[in-house]
Amino acid sequence: MKLFGSGHGACPGCGLPIAVKSVLEGTGPCFVANATGCLEIISSQYGKSAWGVPYIHSVFENSAAVAAGIEAALKALGRKDEGPVVVFAGDGATADIGIGCLSGMFDRGHDVLYVCLDNEAYQNTGNQQSGLTPPGSNTTTTPAGKVLPGKVKPKKDMVSIALAHKARYVATASVAFPRDITRKAKRALEFEGPKYLQIHSVCVTGWGIAGKQAIPVARLAVETALYPLVEYEDGQLVRVRKIKDRKPVEEYLKPQRRFRHLFKHPKGKEVIAELQRIADENAKKYGLDE
Amino acid sequence: MMRVVRGFYAVAHSVKLCRPDVICAYPITPQSEIVENIAQMYANGELGNCEYITAESEFGAASILVGASATGARTYTATCSQGLILMSEVLWCAAGMRLPIVLTIANRSLSAPLSIWNDHQDSMAMRDAGIIQMYVENNQEVHDMMPQAFKIAENHKVMLPMMVCMDGYKLTHAYEPVDLLSQEMVDEFLPPYDPPVKMTTKEPYTFGSYATPASYMEFRAAVYRAMDRSRKVIEDVYKEWAEVSGRDWGGHIVAENCEDADVCVMAMGSLVGLAREVTKEMRDEGKKVGFIKIRTFRPFPAKEIAKAVDNAEKVIVFERSLSMGSDAPVTLDVKSAIHKKAIDVYSPVVGLGGRDVPHKLVKSVVEEVMENRVEPGTYFRGLKDCEEVIV
Repeated sequence: MKLFGSGHGACPGCGLPIAVKSVLEGTGPCFVANATGCLEIISSQYGKSAWGVPYIHSVFENSAAVAAGIEAALKALGRKDEGPVVVFAGDGATADIGIGCLSGMFDRGHDVLYVCLDNEAYQNTGNQQSGLTPPGSNTTTTPAGKVLPGKVKPKKDMVSIALAHKARYVATASVAFPRDITRKAKRALEFEGPKYLQIHSVCVTGWGIAGKQAIPVARLAVETALYPLVEYEDGQLVRVRKIKDRKPVEEYLKPQRRFRHLFKHPKGKEVIAELQRIADENAKKYGLDE
Repeated sequence: MMRVVRGFYAVAHSVKLCRPDVICAYPITPQSEIVENIAQMYANGELGNCEYITAESEFGAASILVGASATGARTYTATCSQGLILMSEVLWCAAGMRLPIVLTIANRSLSAPLSIWNDHQDSMAMRDAGIIQMYVENNQEVHDMMPQAFKIAENHKVMLPMMVCMDGYKLTHAYEPVDLLSQEMVDEFLPPYDPPVKMTTKEPYTFGSYATPASYMEFRAAVYRAMDRSRKVIEDVYKEWAEVSGRDWGGHIVAENCEDADVCVMAMGSLVGLAREVTKEMRDEGKKVGFIKIRTFRPFPAKEIAKAVDNAEKVIVFERSLSMGSDAPVTLDVKSAIHKKAIDVYSPVVGLGGRDVPHKLVKSVVEEVMENRVEPGTYFRGLKDCEEVIV
């Protein structure tokens, strides 16, 4: 049996199956706790489960706690050797509604790999903004209007939040680089304690791109330094994905419907400049430019 | 071994003897001392392989137990009031997922206004979740109930969470002589948890699927039926306990002097002792008063109550909670149980937010009903005169 089988209901071009399969390739058989969201809906309908691993979904905001409970039970029952415990949760489930449970799981030091599937909005319900929605994004709850240019606040820095909790392994990845995801998942499991892996995952409907554009657009997020791929071990930055000839952010923004308004909105230039500033800062902070 | 202990210790000691695998809680007054005692046992290495976790909130605690229970662990928590309603989203889910988590509820009122004192509004707010609810009258009963709760909840015909409700402060902090159970006796009574299915990589199942309109209703009907099946399981466990412990707490209800009673008085929780005493005194005075202690609240013992009050003209339900805009919760169920009978139902609401319910108040409530000085329905007793200023 495949750990994550075909027959799930993801859209063509969706990043989630790539992310999940790549993680499971690294972890092998494991216990999965999943938050309510896109992944849950495409994979866990009664009678049509795509999962070849023990899988549990409870509610939206508690998957970190559910995973902590699985880990505690395995310890108490002497069954830790059955496999690692992995969370899959979306960006909203992670950075917004579930951040209390995530903080508790980190704080208590559970041996859990927490994977945030970051498609940058509540995409399951039709593109409502989350704490990980980037500035300028036109979502249904931060729509671009005559005055406002979409979301105005920055993307929440979950990597720093995970590091502040002393999570043992903290990394970002992208569905544009699946083998990198697998390597990171495998590496994460070498650390006992809480691990955090945030994977930039394309949403074709929410971002407004064609399925065939999914991977090129995901790659552009990395190549513009808007989504830096970094890796921390016990608080130390150990590896980053270097960028050869870093591209201007416009190249990433232009193909996506969620950013299209920025090229004609009165405040668009300002937002694009801000996004470029964020990219430049990322490049500097992590030494991304080759 | 008879010892004078406080209610919270009576619970903690009994829970320990049940050999739970994962205990997870968040402290809240007046439940804190239950989990503090368990934490001390854990710190002393008295809980075997049990994992004891202090969560970041009650919501987290209930969620951790969902994961642990699904993995095959015997699970326990205690909470009350704001903590219970913070858990409520997860507890509804635990019931739907058929996870036999056992909880002790140290009954406390709900905000606003904030009050740390006792009534039953918190557990009543969980009435429809699919959680078995029973109420104890004293600390020996709660001590005896913990092994029974695990046995009921974990029965394969049931597989539902169960709440053992004890009045906050009135019981949790009261000193009472309690015959403490022995490990041998609990081991003999309560087998290890043997879940019908569990999360394991050896045989992977999907837990917590979502259901389309094509299958949702069947899942909810299954919870309803399991709750219905639990009636018999609960009765059997109550009986078995009476045999092994020598303490017979009765069935879903305990009816006393009701056969020829004109008026039957009902109560739950720590008010039971006083209400029983008052009704006995009135019997001695020649008044035809009966008394019913309601032990199981969910599933509601409608048939038992209907039978017990068969000859009565009036019933009085002492209520420790409210349903805004309707009769109080126990009254609603009692009315439903006896709807074919011409019996007047009186629903005095007493003791909200820890307001004292003294002997003379209970007696006066019964007397005014017997003497036709009050109309049937919901009314407050022990309430001060107060003027509501509408501005």
